[in-house]
Amino acid sequence: MEYLLLIISAILVNNFVLSRFLGICPFLGVSKNISTALGMSGAVIFVIAIASAATWCLQKFLLEPLGLEKFLQTLSFILVIAALVQLIDIVMKRFAPPLHAALGIFLPLITTNCAVLGVAVLNMQEGYGFVKSVVFGTAAAVGFSFALLIFTGLREKIERADPPRCFRGVAISLVTAGLLSLAFMGFSGLVK
Amino acid sequence: MDPIILQSTLWLGGIGLVSAIALAVADKYLSVPEDPRIGKVTGLLSGANCGGCGYAGCADYARAIVLQDAELNLCTPGGSACANAIAAFLGKAAEALEKRTALVLCCGDNAETVRRAAYNGINDCAAAQATAGGDKGCTYGCLGYGSCARVCPVNAIAISNGLAKVDKNRCIACGKCVAACPRKLIKLVPSSAVIHVLCHSKDKGPTVKKVCGTGCIGCRLCTKIADDGAIFMDGFLAVVDYTKPPTHDELIAKCPSHCIRKA
Repeated sequence: MEYLLLIISAILVNNFVLSRFLGICPFLGVSKNISTALGMSGAVIFVIAIASAATWCLQKFLLEPLGLEKFLQTLSFILVIAALVQLIDIVMKRFAPPLHAALGIFLPLITTNCAVLGVAVLNMQEGYGFVKSVVFGTAAAVGFSFALLIFTGLREKIERADPPRCFRGVAISLVTAGLLSLAFMGFSGLVK
Repeated sequence: MDPIILQSTLWLGGIGLVSAIALAVADKYLSVPEDPRIGKVTGLLSGANCGGCGYAGCADYARAIVLQDAELNLCTPGGSACANAIAAFLGKAAEALEKRTALVLCCGDNAETVRRAAYNGINDCAAAQATAGGDKGCTYGCLGYGSCARVCPVNAIAISNGLAKVDKNRCIACGKCVAACPRKLIKLVPSSAVIHVLCHSKDKGPTVKKVCGTGCIGCRLCTKIADDGAIFMDGFLAVVDYTKPPTHDELIAKCPSHCIRKA
């Protein structure tokens, strides 16, 4: 039950993009068509799950015993996540070429994305255990993908619509993102 | 110095060093060696990334050329110069590529044609076509909502007065507009051909006359002028045979519905 609440909270109530406003860059950048959005979603889920596990280990086994977690956290997290994603990129290219072909170009794009770092830091702030960290990270990434796919669907429709001249392009996209965020705010209070 | 500064610097440096070593080792032992010719061939291609060759961009096409023996002459923006350069580099013979251009087989703009309904839906030809078969009186003609112009990677298509027109000088014949047109009006034709029948309506003459001032009425006059078979009849529509395009300037003046034009 606790995990179910955690997952619903991460996906809907505290959606990373629409409530916490993390990861806005890929949210606006790769939402032009569904297939790239799907690739990006896959990569985000993959990277965040792995980053949550890695940063939890780093925090518990290295930073906390050394008493450095207060000020070395952000720096070392960025470093480790970036290196890890690069490593996975190489390993994946060798052992899983189809997976690499699908996710490859998105992996470098999100290595140091704030959503990824945000999950890692939040895990530590909330004091989650290892399993809980990974579950929360994955759920947050699923929430990100959910928001990204909804937004992409909307943008594909907008592409064919005929808005007033001053709204065309980025302007109408930002207005749409705002309205979508407003809609997601309706979930607040669902999980305390 | 405060030991904690030294300590954290050393630890962070240590983490970085370990990561760097891990990456270096992985790169040395796990990386997949790529054929160096792929990079060189990519450099020889036009770099337009238009997808006209049927591959997902220039690098992908280069990979197909080197590894899968793909045809060398598929790069339209690069043209024959590009195909020859790649052929010389790989030591293969390139087949000549005829320069082609996209052509909209319709000349009925808003001045010449009637609209049988007022369409206020989304600004897209496929959507208009899906709404009771489109608002244009002619069920074959250009709808003019610009689906072709939106997919064109080089902005070669302009919509004016409800009719799409391709700028021959900009067109790279990638074929995206051909796929985008819901009425299948756009055709890739040899650039050397100058005289075209700009109509796609297979309806009989009276039906065409009712909805369009410049539609082909199927009078067969052009097939008699171009007696070498350069224009043939497909039902009630005159069609240019692009293997031997017509050169008779007389055609343009004689066509009673003025749908044979230079483009």
